[in-house]
Amino acid sequence: MFTINPFAELTASIPAYAMQAYVIIMFLFVIGGTILDMLHKKSAQYFFENAKKAEKSAKHTVSGGEKASMAIQTVTSEILTSSEFENPKRRLSHLLTMYGFIIFVATTAIMIFAGADATAKIVPVLWHIGALMLCVGGYWFWFSIRVDVKSEGKKWYDLCRADLFIVSLLMTCTFALIWSVLQSKGVAGWDMLAFALFIISSTVLFVGVYFSKFAHMFFKPAAAYQKRVTVADGSRENLPRDFDLTDPAVQEKFPDIPEYMGDNPAYMGHGIRRESSNHY
Amino acid sequence: MPTFVYMTRCDGCGQCVDICPSDIMHIDKTLRRAYNIEPNMCWECYSCVKACPHHAIDVRGYADFAPLGHSVRVHRDEEKGTIAWRIKFRNGKKDMELLAPITTKPWGTCIPQLAGESVPSSDMVNSELLFNEPKYVAMNDSALPTLESNGLEIKEGVYY
Repeated sequence: MFTINPFAELTASIPAYAMQAYVIIMFLFVIGGTILDMLHKKSAQYFFENAKKAEKSAKHTVSGGEKASMAIQTVTSEILTSSEFENPKRRLSHLLTMYGFIIFVATTAIMIFAGADATAKIVPVLWHIGALMLCVGGYWFWFSIRVDVKSEGKKWYDLCRADLFIVSLLMTCTFALIWSVLQSKGVAGWDMLAFALFIISSTVLFVGVYFSKFAHMFFKPAAAYQKRVTVADGSRENLPRDFDLTDPAVQEKFPDIPEYMGDNPAYMGHGIRRESSNHY
Repeated sequence: MPTFVYMTRCDGCGQCVDICPSDIMHIDKTLRRAYNIEPNMCWECYSCVKACPHHAIDVRGYADFAPLGHSVRVHRDEEKGTIAWRIKFRNGKKDMELLAPITTKPWGTCIPQLAGESVPSSDMVNSELLFNEPKYVAMNDSALPTLESNGLEIKEGVYY
């Protein structure tokens, strides 16, 4: 089942050019939705103005090379490994969902555009693995990690607009897998129902970019990069410095530190973060 | 000085929702980011500001005593056991930093295990002290300082 290209079977009822046109239209919807989202929220303007404000209170000048290095660090840390998340469960769930989505979308495009003959055996396998990763990471987030459930004490089935993205994403991969299973088992009729639900879900996912959280993948890296720049230029968004408690200069300036904690303060471990934030 | 959230910094982890004693930090229904649902009811306790792992929460001072443009920001570092403040005037001429300890022993190592204590005697029940109180809060080893032990008494009415 995992080695079968489900889109190849579909060409009997839906021509390949129709599927290709659908993928291109959805791609254009993502681009358009993201641009509209940026215009509406003025996120690009916000980042630009924020950068100018940080420059005014900067203590050092950050060179172009340093900025390029920080951009690379942002890609390798915040984007590729989701290091922004403090909660390791959430980080793992996000990584599963993100890489699952990328693999799923990329292999879908390959299978649709390359055709059944040109598609290597590994591609449908990756398509199924991507959908499964999405399901594992997504349902884990949906049922237990999601802040509405974890901290607000809401039931998993209490839906709001913020759920548009995750629900449509989960429905897309879930119905894709169900469709693939039913098609491989030769269950006529039901497989087309699952396919129809798969298409409806994916259409909602890509068309609803403007209304959902989908655009976070574009502004979150910008925020992470800006955070690095503010640390490097010393403006630190007006936050205090990260003091080294063993530094004699720090101890002289703040004598409470050596008096109450000693010259070489111990590692104190986690305080409130020793427990999960679900005391509702 | 009610709190507000920088949406681009918030990742919706729920720490502020969990810690807010006024229960006014909640999750937005459109973006799943935290926000203060009722600034008028904010106690200005700074709990959410300190708890936020991304420094996504800030405090907006009332304009009558804290003119626009000033900044009071805090970083509570649990692992070091310190709290650091930075206070900056709006003209930038005054930029103060403060650092103080918030614990002297690793977190969770000095929690009284009251469940293991013996049942209080009738003397202890009738005492003005709380159960096991002297052991943990006494200023000396003998007993908790009281008005009586210090030769003081409460007078009736207003006196100077």
